Amino acid sequence: MTSTNTELKVIGQQLPDLLLTAHHHMCAGCGEPLALRGCLESISDLGLSQRTIAVAGIGCYTSFSMTTDLDLVQALHGRAPSVATGVKRMLPDSIVYTLQGDGDMVNEGLQEVLHAAARGENITCVLLNNGVFGETGGHMTATTVLGQRTKNSLEGRDATYHGFPILIGDLIAQLEGAAYVARGSVHNAGSVARTAKMFRRAFETQMRGEGFSFVEVLTMCPTGWFIPTIEGPQYMQDTLGEVHIMGELKVDGVIHTTEELHAQNVLKAAEMEKALARGGIDA
Amino acid sequence: MGLRLTSCDNTLSGRGTVIIDTEICKGCELCIEACPPRVLTMSSVVNRLGYQYPELQDGCTGCAACQLFCPDFVFEVFRRPRAPAPNKENQS
Repeated sequence: MTSTNTELKVIGQQLPDLLLTAHHHMCAGCGEPLALRGCLESISDLGLSQRTIAVAGIGCYTSFSMTTDLDLVQALHGRAPSVATGVKRMLPDSIVYTLQGDGDMVNEGLQEVLHAAARGENITCVLLNNGVFGETGGHMTATTVLGQRTKNSLEGRDATYHGFPILIGDLIAQLEGAAYVARGSVHNAGSVARTAKMFRRAFETQMRGEGFSFVEVLTMCPTGWFIPTIEGPQYMQDTLGEVHIMGELKVDGVIHTTEELHAQNVLKAAEMEKALARGGIDA
Repeated sequence: MGLRLTSCDNTLSGRGTVIIDTEICKGCELCIEACPPRVLTMSSVVNRLGYQYPELQDGCTGCAACQLFCPDFVFEVFRRPRAPAPNKENQS
């Protein structure tokens, strides 16, 4: 090999442009930084860095408000979509997105996001769904799937005692005001790349002014699930991934069924594996 | 931020190579499983935070799967320029 460092072509840069430092407070094996990378990269790729305003909820990801190079408003627990509504109505030229966890959005502020979606507010809501209250130590949330073991459902979530999980993506897809609804996942490199595209389409929907856009991302929380970090992705696939099916739930007003999403996922997974084996998703 | 240590060995062969920012790694080992040619191994020593970190072996393809899948923003991925095919080299 005669090549030197100067001839090397950068394929993947270390940090997204909109993140100031790689240091963060997330635990080892956390899926939230992966989702955040896709979100921030799609903002800078679309050239929206100077007019994007983020609204952060309460959760582990809130610590990124100190290192994200964007204008950012801190909302009360669960109230981010309402704050985002106010920001967007006062500054219609700005691009507004909210960053929330499942405890924040589905437990604490379910009505805020449902009403924002029903009104067809021209904002983007991002949900980082890990099925537990990660920040407080792994308690059950409304999106915890049946049978999943958490700190206050030690025998697994039981429908007769704890009730059924809320599939927030499917719920929002039914609303007229929602223009784009997608559910991503970060269980492997291919799905991270797919999720990044979903973020891009959501922001494009907002740029066109079509209405409410929503991206849910299933993220690992090995600390909250009490499992080794290495088992995180597979565990997520077996529990959350079986109920919250990855895919684009609503595009251009057409709602896709679970069966359609399943078929799409099988196809996409095979494509991604081939691309990675060839030597790169972009190759 | 202080000292930023990286590990990059230019003697390795392969179509790609990575720079590993070992000092911010939290040792979650997700990259080991994510790597399609499986050329990342965990180190036997630990970094300043007390975590083992990944090390690159021969045969990186530069697919950037590790960079996509690293929660701690440890990897920077490069691809080496393709060596010209031998028959073309003779013609020119």
